[in-house]
Amino acid sequence: MNAVGIILAGGNSERLGSLTSLRATAAMPIGSSYRTVDFAISNMSNSGIGKVAVITQYNSRSLHDHLSSAKWWDLGRKHGGLFVFTPFISADNAFWFRGTADSIYQNISFLRRSNEQYVVITSGDTVYKIDYNEMIDEHIRTGADITIMTRNVAEDENENLCVYGVVSQDADGRVTDFEEKPIEPQSRTISLGTYVISRSLLIKLLEAVVEEGRYDFVRDIVERYRRKLKVYAYDYKGYWKSINSIRAYYDVNMDFLKKDIRDIFTRQEPFIETKPKDEPPAKLNTGSEFRNSLLGSGSIINGKVENSVLFRKVVVGDNSHILGSIIMEGCVIGRDCFVENAILDKEVVLSDGKRLVGTIEEPIIIKKRAIVS
Amino acid sequence: MRKKEMIAMLLAGGQGSRLGVLTAEKAKPAVFFGGKYRIIDFPMSNCINSGIDTVGVLTQYQPLSLNQHLGIGIPWDLDRRNGGVTILSPRVKGDTGEWYSGTANAIYQNISFIDEYNPEYVLVLGTDHIYKMDYSEMLAFHKKNKCAATVAVMDVSPEEATRMGILNTEPDGKVYEFEEKPAHPKSTLASMGIYIFTWKKLREALIKDDGIHPDSDFGKHILPMLLADNDTLYAFRYDAYWRDVGTIEAYWDTNMELIKTVPAFNLYDDFCKIYTEEPHQPPLYTGVNSEIQSALISSGCEVYGKVQNSVLGPNVIVDEGAVVIDSIILQNCKIGKNTKLNRVIIDSGSTVGDNVTIGEGDNTPNEEKPNVYFTGISVIAENSVVPPNVQIGKNCVISGVTDSSKYHNNTLLSGGTVTVGGVKI
Repeated sequence: MNAVGIILAGGNSERLGSLTSLRATAAMPIGSSYRTVDFAISNMSNSGIGKVAVITQYNSRSLHDHLSSAKWWDLGRKHGGLFVFTPFISADNAFWFRGTADSIYQNISFLRRSNEQYVVITSGDTVYKIDYNEMIDEHIRTGADITIMTRNVAEDENENLCVYGVVSQDADGRVTDFEEKPIEPQSRTISLGTYVISRSLLIKLLEAVVEEGRYDFVRDIVERYRRKLKVYAYDYKGYWKSINSIRAYYDVNMDFLKKDIRDIFTRQEPFIETKPKDEPPAKLNTGSEFRNSLLGSGSIINGKVENSVLFRKVVVGDNSHILGSIIMEGCVIGRDCFVENAILDKEVVLSDGKRLVGTIEEPIIIKKRAIVS
Repeated sequence: MRKKEMIAMLLAGGQGSRLGVLTAEKAKPAVFFGGKYRIIDFPMSNCINSGIDTVGVLTQYQPLSLNQHLGIGIPWDLDRRNGGVTILSPRVKGDTGEWYSGTANAIYQNISFIDEYNPEYVLVLGTDHIYKMDYSEMLAFHKKNKCAATVAVMDVSPEEATRMGILNTEPDGKVYEFEEKPAHPKSTLASMGIYIFTWKKLREALIKDDGIHPDSDFGKHILPMLLADNDTLYAFRYDAYWRDVGTIEAYWDTNMELIKTVPAFNLYDDFCKIYTEEPHQPPLYTGVNSEIQSALISSGCEVYGKVQNSVLGPNVIVDEGAVVIDSIILQNCKIGKNTKLNRVIIDSGSTVGDNVTIGEGDNTPNEEKPNVYFTGISVIAENSVVPPNVQIGKNCVISGVTDSSKYHNNTLLSGGTVTVGGVKI
C-alpha cells in the first residue's frame, strides 16, 4: 500500500452532552460491540494501510485504553503499525493542539519519516466502511492535489447540512467551491471529512499554514486552497453517519437493528474489528423476551427487551421492560423497571421499579456510573 | 532463557474416542464447549490466571485445529518474548520418528525443552476437563511440604473410585499408596491428573523409568516409582466444580448446566476469566418473532426462530420458524426455516436445511457405535450439510455434505448413520 493513514480522533462534540463529558467522540460505543474509532481503523487496515496514526486530545483516556494494543486491527507491527499521538510539551511549545492541521503539523515527523506517496486523512467520529484504494485510484486518475470524500444528501434525509462542509463541483467532479458550516448551503453535497493528498504536498501545506498562524485543516487548507489547488470530490455511496449529535448517535445504534445496514459491517467481509473483551456468551433466562434487539456478550437477561441496543455485561432484572433504548456496558437494571427511549451510559444502576421515559427526538440520558434509585 | 519458577506442560494429545464424531477431525482439547470456548481454554486460562507464563502443549492426535487455535498464545496473553506458549509435537529423532507412547513418555521426550527454563517445579496436567483452579495455591502447598510430587485429588463416590486412580493418604495429605482403578478402594480421593513435580526429582524419575517402561505413564509408573523410592508425595484436595466431558452424554449435560438460572460453574466473574480466540465479534441479534428461553447465545448469532434450553456458539443463524430445543449448536452453523431440533449436537460450520426434523423417534442406539450414541442425542459432524425436508431420529450421526439421495424416503430412523467423505464416526 502506497499510503499512510491519519485518523483525527481528538474532538468531542458539545452536542453529545454528558455522553462525551468523560470520553472522546471516537470512543463512543456503537452497535453493542464497537467504538466509533474502530470503523476508521478497520477501514485503514482492511485497505492494506499498514501505518496509521491516531491523533487524540480531548478526554483521551478511554480511547487510549481501547487502543492499548494494536493487534486487534493487525496493526501491531515492527514496521509501521499504529501510532497514537497526543499533545506534548517540548522545548519550543507548551500548548494543546490548536487545530486539526496543527495536530498533524506537531507530529510532522511521522509524515517526514514515511516513504509512502499518499496520505489518507479521516475522522475517528464517523461510522462507515470503505476501501480507500478506490479513492486513491480516483485521486491518481483525476490528477487531483486533494480528493475529498463527499456524499449527496437526499432531500428527504434528516440531516442538517449547515454542520458540514458543503461542496460545489463541476461535471468532472472538480470542486469549484467549498464552504465549511455554511449559513446557506449552495448544494446538497457534503464533505465526509476524509481526504487523500500526496505526502509531500501535505507537508508543504502544513508548513505554510502554520507559519501564517493558521491551524485548521478544513478552513485553512481545504477551504482556503480550494481554487488554488486541484481539489476533486470522490462520491461515496455507502452507509455513512457522523456521531455529531445525540440524535445521530441514537440513530446509528438503531440502524444496527436493520439487517441491511448491520450486515455491511458484520457479515460482509472485510469486517470491522474491535478489542475483544473475553466475555462469556450472553445468557437469556427463563421468562426473558428479547426481540429485534442487539446484545453484547456477558449479558444476562431476565426481563423483556425490544428494539434496543444492549452492550456487554448488561443485566436486566425480572419483569423489567426496555424499549427503543441504548444500554451501555456494565449497566444493571433492577426488577420491574420500565425504560423507553433512553441512553444509559456505562455502568448505570437502576434500582427496582424505576421508570425512565424519553422520546426518540430527545432520549433521556443517564450519566456514566449514575445510580438511579 | 530466563529461569522460571514453574512451567506448565499440558497433555493435549488425546483423541477422546467416546466423543464420537466430535473428535473425528480434531483432538478432544479442541472440541468446542460452552458456546464460544474450546476445552483447552480452561486449563490454558487457569495457567495464566495462576501466574504461569510458560506453557508447553503436547499434541499428537489431529493437532491441526488445536495448533491454529493456540497460535502464538495471544488470547491468553501468552505471546511472550520469554516463555509463552510452545506447541510440542512428537518429532523425528535420529533416523526414526517417535510418537508419544504414554503421558510420562511425552514429558520425557521434552526434557530439553523444560531444561531451557531451568524451573524448580513443573506442573503437568491433562486438558480434558472443565474447571477453574488456582495452581499457585497448589504450588504453595507443594513448597510447604517440600515434596517430590503433589497430586490434585477430589472426593468421588466409592463407585466412581473403582474407575479412577486412587490415593491413600495420611490425615495431613501425605500419600502412602497409589492404586489405579482398585476393585475395593480404601479411599475415595481420586487423582485429577494434575501434578506438580519438583523438576529435579521428576527428571531423574523420567530417565530411570524410560529404561523400564517404553510407554511410561504418570499414574501407572511414575507415581508408584516415586513412592517405592521413598520420595514424599502429597495429595492436594480440590472441591470446586470439575467435570469430565469425555462422553456425548457428559458433554451435553455439562453444557446444559451452564444454562441454569444460577449455574454451578460461573463464567461471569471478572477475576478469573476464561479466554479464547475471538476472531470477529459482532453482537448477537434477535428477530422480531424470536423466542429465546433459557439459552446461552454467543456473539454474532442471529436468532429469528425459537431457542429453548440450548447453547449456541458464535455466528449461528437460526432462521424463521425454526425450533431448537435442548441442543448444542457450535459456531458458524445455519439452521433452516421451520426446522425442528431436539437433543442435537451440531459441530461447527454445518448447515441444516429448511423443514428438517432431527431428534424425533424411538431411542434405538446407534447401529455402528451403540456404546457411543445411545442417550437419544443425535450428532452432526463439523462442516456437514443436512438437506431440506428430511426426518432424522435419535442417536443418529451425520457426517459430510449429504443430499437427499442419502436418505431413504427422506427419512433416517433412530440409530442410523449417514457419512459422506469417509470420516470415521
